[in-house]
Amino acid sequence: MADLQEHFDHTIEQDRRVEPRDWMPDGYRATMVRQIAQHAHSEIIGMQPEGEWITRAPSLRRKAILLAKVQDEAGHGLYLYSAAETLGADRAELTAMLIEGRQKYSSIFNYPTLTYADVGVIGWLVDGAAICNQVPLCRSSYGPYARAMIRICKEESFHQRQGYELLLTMMKGTDAQRAMVQDAVDRWWWPSLMMFGPPDDASPNTARSMAWKIKRHTNDELRQRFVDMTVPQAEALGVTLPDPGLRWNAERGHHDFGPIDWSELKRVISGDGPCNARRIAVRRAAHEDGAWVREAATAHARKTEVRT
Amino acid sequence: MSSGDPREPLPGRHEPFLGNAYEALNQGEDTRWAYGTGFADPLAGVDTRVPEGVDGADLAAYCLMLGDDALIMSHRLQEWCAHAPELEEEVALANIALDLLGQARLLLSRAGAADGSGSDEDALAFLREAGGFRNVHLVEAENGDFGQEMARLLVFATWRLALLDRLAGSRDPVLAAVAVKGVKEVAYHRDYAAGWVVRLGDGTSYSRRRIAEGLAAVWPSVPELFVPHEVESRLAAAGVGVDPATLREEFDAVIAHVLTTATLTPPAGPGGSAVPRGRDGTHTAALTRLLDEMQSVARAHPETTW
Repeated sequence: MADLQEHFDHTIEQDRRVEPRDWMPDGYRATMVRQIAQHAHSEIIGMQPEGEWITRAPSLRRKAILLAKVQDEAGHGLYLYSAAETLGADRAELTAMLIEGRQKYSSIFNYPTLTYADVGVIGWLVDGAAICNQVPLCRSSYGPYARAMIRICKEESFHQRQGYELLLTMMKGTDAQRAMVQDAVDRWWWPSLMMFGPPDDASPNTARSMAWKIKRHTNDELRQRFVDMTVPQAEALGVTLPDPGLRWNAERGHHDFGPIDWSELKRVISGDGPCNARRIAVRRAAHEDGAWVREAATAHARKTEVRT
Repeated sequence: MSSGDPREPLPGRHEPFLGNAYEALNQGEDTRWAYGTGFADPLAGVDTRVPEGVDGADLAAYCLMLGDDALIMSHRLQEWCAHAPELEEEVALANIALDLLGQARLLLSRAGAADGSGSDEDALAFLREAGGFRNVHLVEAENGDFGQEMARLLVFATWRLALLDRLAGSRDPVLAAVAVKGVKEVAYHRDYAAGWVVRLGDGTSYSRRRIAEGLAAVWPSVPELFVPHEVESRLAAAGVGVDPATLREEFDAVIAHVLTTATLTPPAGPGGSAVPRGRDGTHTAALTRLLDEMQSVARAHPETTW
């Protein structure tokens, strides 16, 4: 036991990957399952806010882009659930935990998408924040997760560019389009900052996750990177980020930004956001309505096995 | 058609923050993206002039028929997004919807060029009234359960594959190119749907009942698929289009094979009722509702670029 722990510690220390068959502490395994499952759930629930606009996309090219993006999210969910299964978790069980509210997904998806500009802003800000969060995870100490993240980040970066390109096009369009973009930015900016999680002094698990190298930067570090990265993009786009306290701080070499309303994050995470109930209801209905189909597939596979 | 290349790098200073992993991810060309999401034109190098002896209006109408079938079927599959029975099905249904959307875009663009109107794909998709759509009724009917969707997709893909297979020899180089591309795609759609019809038919007793009901719901829409419109007849005679009546034999053989494997029997044919005429622009209220949704944003902001 002590040998195993020592070997694990050495693997982490040497920045090598932990692989599925390696011994790992129970706490590490449980934390990884939770992290990967929450990420998978977020991909799947995240299909809904934008997915609602596929059938209404205002051009066929935009429709194809959005459809391909939402399809990618389903694909991300698939390989993340597979990564969780390498740790002994079961996709059906994780899905049950999601629809019973026993596991979380990113609270960002509990906000509604009100206009087509939201599709662009989600690509720009939400996918942008996700990239900031996820690129360091390409170096996660857990091998299957790190490898899944490489592919996911590559696709997310593509989605972010497409979202930004939609916004650029709309900003060059009519007054109504520009107003839609600004309105969407106003609604999504603060929730995007909350995607990085609670501030470091209120994030009890950060230290252990960083020691295990399944987290590479603190929440506040990543949030700062995102703000610094986004400010010049907002300028280029010609939108105003809705924060009167936002300004460059030459001394720090970073942008200062106003206080975040953490009580709102708590409220949305605990289930009281604008769309929590609807998101889970849709996922639950798809799962339950599809039960007979999955049962039929299992029954057919069994019959085929017997016959051959 | 496309405005700006979505692969253009974003302005701003994001790279330095993201380190080497991010940069490594962004190297090299990625070819996996679906047609129409910002990449090369599949008709590059194809002669787009209307072939000699072919009426441009007929060719445009024919392109609308095949394009509208694909566009409306794609829309019905898009409606499954976030509602599919399993994640693998989410991916597959979106994939099929994307393929059909791609076919629709090429055909609608061709229609706008062939009749000299210069209408682009978006004007044709978003600014026509229901009476201007020429799709068959099969694709406009509202979605049922997953079994019914697989029954519809099996019927649709079997019919369309037979059609595209023959259209690949069209005298019109654009239609031929669209067909050659489409054959590969629709062959997969047919396989996918057939696989599910077999699984559901030869699955549980409950799934067997539901797929049988799904087939029965779809079946009245089958005869229309094989009745030639006068435009189809004229273009078939000119070596440009395909007479749908010639597809029936292949269709029946494929469906019989799938249903036998699925331990199902074909539903009784619709008895003597009048065949609907979607090709003439006669449609059900289901299409009107579909278009209300599909066209809502585009029509709320006329004369804009997206």
